Order: sequence, then C-alpha cells, then structure tokens
Amino acid sequence: MAMTPNDFKSNDPIAWCPGCGNFGILPGLKQALAKLGIQPKDLLLVSGIGQAAKMPHYVRANCFNGLHGRSLPVAAGAKLANPRLTVIVTTGDGDCYGEGGNHLIHNIRRNIDMTVIVCDNQIYGLTKGQASPTSDPGMVTKVQPEGVSAQHLQPLALALAAGAGFVARGFSQDPEHLAGLILAAIKYKGFSLIDVLQPCVSFNKVNTYEWYSKRVYKLDASYKPTDLNAAFARSLEWGDRIPIGIIYSRSKL
Amino acid sequence: MANEISIRITGEAGQGTQTIGDVLCRIFKAAGYHLFATQDFMSRIRGGNNFFEIRVSTRPVHSPRHKQDLILCLDKASIDIHKKDRATDGVMFADKSGFKLDQLEDFMADVPFDETALRIANDKLYANTIACGLIAGITGVEFSFVTASIKEVFGRKSEAVVQNNINAARAGFELGMESPHKEMFALAPGAKFDPMAHAPLLLDGSEAIASGAIQAGCTFYSAYPMSPSTNIMNIIASRSAAHAIVVEQAEDEIAAINMAIGASFAGSRAMTSTSGGGFCLMAEGVSLAGMTETPVVIVDAQRPGPATGFPTRTEQADLDFVISAGHGEFCRIVYAPGSPEQAYYLTMQAFNMAEKYQIPVIILTDQYLQDSITDAAALDPARISTERHIISKEASAMITGYKRYALTDTGVSPRAIPSWINDVMYADSDEHDEDGHITEDAAMRKQMVQKRLHKKLHGLLAEIEKPTAVNVDNAEVILLGFGSTLGILQETTQALEKKKVGFVHLSQVWPFPSNDMLRLLSDARMIISIENNAQGQLAKLLRRETGIKVSKSILKYDGRPFCLDCVIDIVKPEL
Repeated sequence: MAMTPNDFKSNDPIAWCPGCGNFGILPGLKQALAKLGIQPKDLLLVSGIGQAAKMPHYVRANCFNGLHGRSLPVAAGAKLANPRLTVIVTTGDGDCYGEGGNHLIHNIRRNIDMTVIVCDNQIYGLTKGQASPTSDPGMVTKVQPEGVSAQHLQPLALALAAGAGFVARGFSQDPEHLAGLILAAIKYKGFSLIDVLQPCVSFNKVNTYEWYSKRVYKLDASYKPTDLNAAFARSLEWGDRIPIGIIYSRSKL
Repeated sequence: MANEISIRITGEAGQGTQTIGDVLCRIFKAAGYHLFATQDFMSRIRGGNNFFEIRVSTRPVHSPRHKQDLILCLDKASIDIHKKDRATDGVMFADKSGFKLDQLEDFMADVPFDETALRIANDKLYANTIACGLIAGITGVEFSFVTASIKEVFGRKSEAVVQNNINAARAGFELGMESPHKEMFALAPGAKFDPMAHAPLLLDGSEAIASGAIQAGCTFYSAYPMSPSTNIMNIIASRSAAHAIVVEQAEDEIAAINMAIGASFAGSRAMTSTSGGGFCLMAEGVSLAGMTETPVVIVDAQRPGPATGFPTRTEQADLDFVISAGHGEFCRIVYAPGSPEQAYYLTMQAFNMAEKYQIPVIILTDQYLQDSITDAAALDPARISTERHIISKEASAMITGYKRYALTDTGVSPRAIPSWINDVMYADSDEHDEDGHITEDAAMRKQMVQKRLHKKLHGLLAEIEKPTAVNVDNAEVILLGFGSTLGILQETTQALEKKKVGFVHLSQVWPFPSNDMLRLLSDARMIISIENNAQGQLAKLLRRETGIKVSKSILKYDGRPFCLDCVIDIVKPEL
C-alpha cells in the first residue's frame, strides 16, 4: 500500500519558533519517507540536542533523543545492533559540527548505513544566539561582540576529506528538492550527509530566507556527482553562490 | 621439601617476563598446585624494570607474599632493585658472565643465561625460557608439564620457535636439577587430578569478565583502549566471530558508552570497559542511561589517578566517583568483585540486573584483579541464567499503543525493542512523559523522578549482593574491604584466626548494603578497613550510610597491591 507523508504524522505539539526553517525540513523528510515506503516501526530517528534534535518527536517513527553532540554514536550502535532499522539522524550545526565533531569524522570513516541530516542555521538557536562552527566570520553575537573571528567550517569538504560516500546540500525553503536528496541519501548504502541551509528567524539576522534565496542554485544535469575533484570544488563554494543538490555520490545514482 | 614457594622473574620490558609467567602458571597448575601470580610492569614497551611473581602452594592461595624464595634476574639492573625482597633463605639467580659481574654476593647463584641461550638458539631472548626450566628443575616438577605448557603458549608460532623454547627450557631444567638449592625448594607433591572431573582453570580478572560477558549473551561491545581494561576488549574481540558479537573500537569513551546505549536500545546486550580517566568521559553517558532507562554494563578497571596517574598500576580510588558519577539522581548498581571467580558471576548478573531494572550497572575492578592470575574451580555458567526482561519477539507483534515510560508500581516499564513491536517508541534524555515525549509538567517530572529513583531503588535493595563475612561473631578485630582485596582479607584472617580476627568483604558497594553492615558490624569491637586508596573511601561510605565508624584504616596508595605479610604485620599489634 502506498504511503503518504501523513502516515508519519506525530501528535506531539511542535515547539519551534513560528517561521523556523525547520518547518521546511520536516515535510521534506516525511515526503522522502513516504516515497521510500518504510513502515514507521522499522525506522529509527536519532538526535542530540538543539532545535533540530526535537524533530524525531514530530515524526511517527522510533526515536532516541540523546545527549548534545552524541547522536552519531547512538545511531551507529543501534544500526550495528539492529540492521533491520533504517537509521536517520537529525542534528544541527552546533550538535554535529561543534560538540560532536569527533564523532562525525569517525562515523564517516566507519561508513555504517545511516543518513545524517544537519539542519544548519549557522547559529546556536536553543542557547539563544551564539556563533556556531558554520557562522560566517564577522557575525556579531552576544558572545562575539566584535564579530566572529574563527573561520567558517566547510562541512561538506570536511566530509569528503574524511571519505564520505554521499554528500549533499539542501535548502529548507524547497522541501520538494530536499525530499529528493533525503530519499537518495537513505537509498545510498553507507554513511550519507545532507547539510540543509535553514534560516533561524529568531537569532540569525544575517543568513535570512532572503540571504539564502539570493545565493543558492541547483546543480543541474551537467554536474557529475561521481567526480570527487569536482565535488571538492563545489563543497567549498560559499559566498555569492551556494550550490544545492547531490555534491558527491560514490555510486552512480 | 617446601609446601609453598614464591618466585619472581624480573628483567627489562621486552625480555618476556609476562610470557614466561604465563608458561609457569600453566606448568604449576598442570602439576597440581595452587597458585597466585601478579604482574608488575611499567608504562613502556622496552627497557625499565618489569617483574612477574608467582606464589605456588599445595593449598589454595589468594594473595602475594612480601619476600621471595627465588628471584631470577634477566638483566643486571634487576639485582639491586629486587634484592631487598629476598626471603631470609632466598636465592637470587643472575648471569655472572652475561652481566659482566666480578663476583656474586653470597645469596646469589650463577646461571649462564646468555651463554646457554646463544648456544641453544643463537638468541639471548631465550633467557626467560631457561629461567622457566630452571624453576621447574629446582621445584621438582616433571618436565612433561614444561613441554606441554610451552606448546600451549608458543603453539601458534613456528615449529622452530617451539622447539627452541623446549630446548632452552630443557637446558634450564638440567641446571635446576643440578642446583644445590634443589633440596630446599623442591615442592611437596601436587594434587593428582581426577581425569573425569572438570579441571581447574587459570583465571585473571580480564578473562573472567570477558568470559562472563560472553556467557551472559553480550552481543555488543564498544570501548576505547585504556590500561588496565584493554585486555577485556582483546579477549572479547578474539572470540567475537564465534559468538556473533559486534566489537567496535570507539573514537573516545564518550562514543563508546553512547554506542553501547544505542545498541542496547536497539536490542543488544551491550557493554563497555575503561579505566578511571575514560569513565570520567563516560559520566554524562551514565546519566543518559539513567534518564532514558537504557540498560548498559560498564567496567571501570581502576588505576591510580588523578589524571593519567600510573597507567599500569593499581588503586581503589574511584569508589566515591563511580557511585555518584553522572549528573542528576537515578539508580545504578556498582559491583566490586573480589576474585576472578566473583568477577565472572557478577558480570553475568550485571547484564541481568541492568535489563531487569533498565539501569547502568558498573563493575568496579582494578589493575591488580585484572592482571592477577590464579587457579579457580571450573566455572558453572548455569549458576546464573540469562534473563532479558524484554517483551519477547512473539509478544511484540501484538503490541499497540506502547508507552516506553509507562508508570508502574515497580518503576520499571515493560521494555520493547524497536522494529520488534508493531508500534513506535520514543526515548528521551529530556524529561519526558509516559510516551517519551518532552514535557515540562511539574507533576509528571515528580512521577518520573520517583519512577527512576525511589521505586527502582526499592527493588534494588531487595536484591543486594550479600557481603562475605567470615569469623565475624566474637571477633576481636573485623577487617573490612571491597573489591580486589578479598584474597588479602581471607588469608590475613586465616593466618590470625586463633587471635579472633574476622573479615567482611563487599562485592556490591552500591546501593550500599547498609542493613547487612549494621547486622554484621554494629557490635564489632574493632573494625579495620583495608583499602588501596588514600582516604579510606569505604570507611567514609560506611559511616555516611550507617553511622558506623572504623577504628583504623590500612591504606596503600603507592600504586602497588597489598601483600599478605605486610597486612598481617600491621594488624598483629592491634590484637
């Protein structure tokens, strides 16, 4: 029987701010799950802490919402223990690239079959607006009043360097496109990473819907995601133009 | 004829004192003796000074002695380091020509290790096997036991290596047979084994815990290597294929415990092991297991801290830490096995209790217990049956409307495995409702705290592992200890039995067995705690939980284990 996004509807009330970029990611995820046709009982969503980490509660699926930064080891343990489970991690730039950075590197190396969706709003939302590893230099926050001095982490390039076999970037304002990325990532047999650009309407006054909309462009059919060198180049493209789509896939799609 | 003998082999790291210690244990066990062997090694791969010490006896022995009857030096530096530990009539063997010594002191005997090793195998490294043969010759053990043990230990190496070792041992054996010391150190005959009965085992703490875990059906083990816990990982990994165990070397201890928790949530029996420093990193994960009510078994094999401390030595200073590690209030069990045998059964029990109460269970051991080898009666895996306390696969298919944290009288909610049940489940590190969804409701918070803490504790208190109590009634002095000091307590009590000494040993330190302690110690005339730490942490815990004060604490915190004679010497003047 064909499934619909509604089959993954949870009754837990959503606690995100009105207008949160996560509201675009959640339907993209449910669409992908419906297309995949998986039973909720065979699905496990794992998360750590942050706004993105609340997402598993808003999906009808098994959920383990653990500690800040530690979603990946929990997901890896669960998948190794129970391979029947399709394992998806919903995490954020602080959770995955900051607190849990070491786990990201080593779980890419482990290459266990799981999909990691990073809701990347370039700021810490739950702690009310400090810099994250992907904050652009110069961004002024309460903790960085002179502007962020550290470099912007390029998570896709980091993933490629660690040997990730599937790397993509999505944008929360385009759930249809994102759903396609998530579906391809789940179908990829191995570790897959999707960095999803997602405005934080409460605390990030720089990287707004408008800011992203002006910059993102979709990779077209001429782009060959199996070419690692080309993927490195696109993974580092940031500024006036930001590519979204499948940046790299080791196996043909 | 001797009924008991203590022997030490010492040399640089890399000279094979551990390997040859392993051979010696097998020889003496096969020859029908009881033994207790300890290892003392430095945190280095080559050089320095290491030693292997074995106490062999015609009766069961559980602790090391202070003075050694035979000391075999494989290098020159060992002579000065170890001569103070020689028994009054003890003999120290050294290689006069090999070490370029002008003369030997009167308590020394010459063994041409280098010259013999070069002649037989063209390699000085065989000195350790010559020493092994020498010991067998002096103590009067049959050479067939030597050959068999060498084949067991070196069997995986080439035939030439095995043969060279046998030849080297034979040469040493002949030197021993000719030795004038043979008369004094020849052992009374060992026991003859009934070939139909279960043969005794050689067991150390690492082997015991690994075997217990495998027997208990552990199917997931993740850890980061850290002395002295690493051998558990080595042993489980070596048997992982045969027992379908996933073994994953984690990037750090934080990952190790979180992976174990994820695996447990998904249906495995999961374990991780570490030492104090790694356990510090796991503390948040212990709290996560408490909050999400996910069973997990954690081994803390203690070594001296703070920080890196003594990586290869022993201490019992994590007691205060492990009973309270992890923020917030939740239940846990901390077992402190006193012998490899206890470690085996308590590890099996740890898995059952972790799943029964859905809590973290910690096994608190230390380098001394992990690395000490002793003979043990055959283990009985049937003594503790595997009890999973989960909703069975068959019953799972019928489940709908499942609540992971359903409130019950016992505090324990029926535990389902994701993908087995025909429903979904939510587990959360945030405070949550019965469904597992995040809540900030005050009344629900209170109920959940009572579930995790008060209600579960009620059950745990009824299942406390009883302390071992010997000669407690009418004792003038009761010795008190936990964990690895059991053997010391036993043998000190035996030695001073006529002077009315008894002992109480705790193999579970949390929840604290307060009722048992009050029953056993309330009327005690004098209590002396014996602990490998600098504060008397058990004595403090006893006072905190029961109000009972010990009269005195014998504390050792130099990184070395207690030895029997030293404890007897301290206790005796109190009588």
